[in-house]
Parts: sequence; C-alpha cells; structure tokens
Amino acid sequence: MSQSDLREAADLVAGLPPTPAVWCTGLRKRYGKRTAVDGVSLEIGRGEVVGLLGPNGAGKTTVIKMLLGLVRPDAGEVMLLGRPAADPSARVRVGYLPELFRYQPWLTAAEVLALHVRLSGVDIPAPEQREALALVGLGERAADRVGGFSKGMQQRLGLAVALVARPEFVVLDEPTSALDPLGRVDVRDIVLSLKSRGIAVLLNSHLIGEVERVCDRVVILDRGHVAASGTLLELLGQHEVRLHLTGLPPAGETRLSAAGRVEREGEWFTVALPVDDEDTVPDLVRDLAALGVRVHAVEPGRISLEERLLGILRDGTEGGAA
Amino acid sequence: MNARAVLTIAGLTLREASRRRVLLALGVLTLVLLGLSGWGFSRFAAETGGSLTSGEARLTASIVLNLVMFGYSLIAALGTAFLAGPTLSGETESGIALAVLARPIRRSTFLLGKWLGLVVFGSGFVVLAGLAQCLIVRASVDYWPPEPTKALALLAAQTVVLLTLAVLLSTVISPMASGVVSVGLFCTTWVAGVVGGIGDSLGNDAVARVGSVSRMILPTDGLWRGAMNAFQDPSALAFFGDADAGAFPFLSMAPLTGTYLAWAVVWTAMVWALAAVSFARRDL
Repeated sequence: MSQSDLREAADLVAGLPPTPAVWCTGLRKRYGKRTAVDGVSLEIGRGEVVGLLGPNGAGKTTVIKMLLGLVRPDAGEVMLLGRPAADPSARVRVGYLPELFRYQPWLTAAEVLALHVRLSGVDIPAPEQREALALVGLGERAADRVGGFSKGMQQRLGLAVALVARPEFVVLDEPTSALDPLGRVDVRDIVLSLKSRGIAVLLNSHLIGEVERVCDRVVILDRGHVAASGTLLELLGQHEVRLHLTGLPPAGETRLSAAGRVEREGEWFTVALPVDDEDTVPDLVRDLAALGVRVHAVEPGRISLEERLLGILRDGTEGGAA
Repeated sequence: MNARAVLTIAGLTLREASRRRVLLALGVLTLVLLGLSGWGFSRFAAETGGSLTSGEARLTASIVLNLVMFGYSLIAALGTAFLAGPTLSGETESGIALAVLARPIRRSTFLLGKWLGLVVFGSGFVVLAGLAQCLIVRASVDYWPPEPTKALALLAAQTVVLLTLAVLLSTVISPMASGVVSVGLFCTTWVAGVVGGIGDSLGNDAVARVGSVSRMILPTDGLWRGAMNAFQDPSALAFFGDADAGAFPFLSMAPLTGTYLAWAVVWTAMVWALAAVSFARRDL
C-alpha cells in the first residue's frame, strides 16, 4: 500500500461521522412477571446532553444500568462509544453517578478517586484528581473519610468519581437528589461545562426545570416504553403570548387572528405563535396600540416541559416527535 | 483478566479489613489466645515436670496444640466468612459495587480480587497465629511439631476452602445469611468428621461413612485432619492405640493423601467458578 493510499484511507476514516456516545436498540428486561423495560431504543450523539424523564417505575434506572452492563438485558443491543457494551473496555471513557450512590466509607475522598482512576486504567495525575474534588466543592475534604460525609457530600463525591477519568460520556442518575439549591446550581454548571467541552451526558432527573435548562434532547419513558423523544422545540412546539386587552375594535381582532390562533377568556387573549422570532410580539403590540387598543399586560407563554410530560403520560399513547 | 485491577481490588479488600478494625480485633483475640495458651502450657510444664514420661508429655502437648489450633481455624473461619459476606453482597446491596463495576473491569476480575484479598487475609492470619503458637509451645514445653510447614499450609488451605464457599454464598444470598450458612456448614462438617471417627473406632461402617461423605462435600474437615496429623507427635497414636485415637476429635489417624488434596483444589476451583458465573449473571 502506497503512502497516498494510506493517506486516502486515513482521510476516509477521519471523514466518517463519529460513533454515537451510546446507541441501543430493542432493550427489554423482565423482573419475574413484571416487564420493567420493553423495547427501548435510543441514541445519544457525541457532545449531546439528553434528559431522561418519566414517572417512578418507568424503567429509567434499569435502562441506564443496562447501558452500563450492570443489568443484563433479556433482549436488545448496546453500543457504548462505538464498542459493544458487553466488552468492559467500552466503559474506559464512561463516568457514572448511580442513583444509589455509596462509596467505601473506610476510604478518604482522595482514595476513592484514586481507586476509580486505577480501575479505569487511565493515567490521571494527582493534581488533576484534586481538581475533580475541588470542582464539586470537596477540595478541603480530600483527606477525610467518606464515612463521615453527609448524603449531599457523598453525592458530590460521586459526581467527582464520574468526572475524574476524563470521560467522553457521563451518566448522571438523579444527580441532585441529595443536594441543596446551591448544589443543584453547581450540577447544572458542571453539565453545561461538560456540554461545552463536547462530552455527552445522559441526565436522569425528576427536576424537569433542570432538564429543560441543560438538555438538547429529552427522552420520556413510561411503563418501560419510550413515550416520546425529541428536542425541546419538537416536544414543546410553539410559543404563545397572553394579552390583557380592552377597547378591542374588529380590526384589532383581525390583527390578532393574523398573528396566530386566538383563544379568548374575557379580556385575556391567548395567541399561539406559529413562528418564534424576536419581532412577532413587539410588532403585534405596536399594531394593536396603533388601532387604539389598550394593552394592559403582555405575558410570553410556552407550554412547559412539565405540562407536556404530564400530557404525554396521561395520554399514554402519544407518539414521539422524533 | 486484568492483573492490575485484580491486585487493586485485593489491596482494597485488605485495606477494608484493616480500616474496619477486623485486623485489630483478630490481633487482640489472637494475643489473648496466645497469652492464655502460653500460660497454660508453662503451668502444665511446671506442675507435671518429672511426673510425666516424655511420651506422655509429647502426647499431651500434641492434643492441646491441636485444640488451640482448632480455635485459630475457627477464628479464621468466622473472620473470613463474615468478611466475605459484607465485602461482596454487602457492597452490591449498599450500592458501592455499582460505581466500581461500571468501570472497565469484568465481574470475574472483581470477584478474583475480592477472593485473593480474603485468601491473603485469612491464610495470613492462620499461618502467623499458628506459627506464633508453635513457638510458644516450643518455649514452654519444648515440643515442636513434626511437619509445621505442611500443617500451617493445610490450615491455610482449610481457610481458603471455607472462604471460597462464603464467597459463592454471598453472590446468591444476603451478607448475614452467607456468613451464618458457611460457618454452620463448617461446624457441621467438623461434627460429622468426629462422628465418622467414632464410627471408625466402633467398626460401624455406616456411621464412619458420615465422616467420609461430609469430607468430600466440604473439604474443610479433611484438610483440618491433615493439619492435625502434621502438628501431632507420631508416637501419640501408638500411645492411644489406633481405634481409640480415631474417636478422639483432636488427634488424626492418617496424613492427607495427594488425591484428597487434589480433590480440595478441584473443589475450590469448581466453587469459585460457580461463584463467578453466579456473580456475572447477577443484576445490580
């Protein structure tokens, strides 16, 4: 093979799209007679932050454990960072904070990190390990035994463990369940910083606001199925604006209808806006004012992820947007 | 199999034993036992000095040494069985194993590391405590076992057999239950061995078979009898007469055969493999 052939082959390989951080298809798991997960397929691209939502018992943690080889699927396939998940080396660049986070109480925080670095097989210098502890606010407690840590501190330690071995894919299962509001903000910042560094994140959280703020995409699980999945825009659809108006002439009503579908409750008008750009609402208000309409209030509205989630779970049969 | 990960987990298990004060507790217990037996042996030497023939003295030293060694093997059995439970099924129950097993290591690697750590801990304990005991006996009554290395190695092997069973049990049942069951089986096999010895001395084949069968099912008692045989003075059996010595729980009639030792190795490998399969299939 000539030098140019080699280069061509290298270019070809380099030009291939990177393998997804995780890809799974047809995951199924039964515990006795109960089906916990039934035909779940999902894909998370490199650098993508995906939220996993669903009610208790929807199978979220089971799906996560199957992705990481902690639970054996009855059926289905999993590829982690381009390798079959059955091969332990697929997990070299994977960080995981379990929902049930416990670390060896007889070790110090720094020793727990050193243990995970050794097991990951990645060479991480000691200062970098200390940075991971400092990032989660445990820099001062590195030499303290984990046994003396509060639940919140143990969860912070778990976050450091998930991040210490330079992961390319991080799985956070309820990462803020034991954290105070400050801790939640810290976690949000950490996830956003992972996103900016191109690290893929799978975030399972009950805090819908948290998911809405940081995730590119959301997968909603219900009774072991993917009930819906898509980007936030796809799932939440259009924006709307609520206006409190008096003295509305027919021309004003026509102007409102031109902006979008109108629903009226007394003096309140809700207009569903088909396009979400910066000009639609200011133009509408300007035109209404020019028509002599008295504008008392303008409230931007958007179907919240929570409403959408509840809607999907109540319907039970709604298809995914993507 | 990843040797670095095995050694890391083995080291972690030893560190757990030391940090959780298991090592300290065992050390204190051993010192008490060594002190008491040292005092007992020296009193025995002082009070019977001259009144016993050298044969009688050696016989008594052999029996008492075997008795004290049984105490150590029991401590090692209890220690490792109750350590194996928490360290394996306790970690899976509490969730500690979740983060560890999400690392790029096989379940069998993790299990081998845990087992190796327990083997070093358990056999290290019996060998060191047993050796200290032999030295005390030598200093107080001037008795030195005929084959101390073989005896201590067999005592260590007995510990390994039992902790392998405890590891298997802890992959399927709760930590507490695994400790109770393995120690229970250990004691049952010992009693069955004694019953078998009595059957032998009475010439009752059916009763004697109880001992042989139990020694095949769980090789702890067989290895223990091999260890006793290597600790005791060869003249002790002649003194008692074969039939009576057989019925006595702290004397052993015959040295261990190579076949039995091979069986113990095969048994341990089989039980370990079962444990590995059971642990690999377990959902965490």
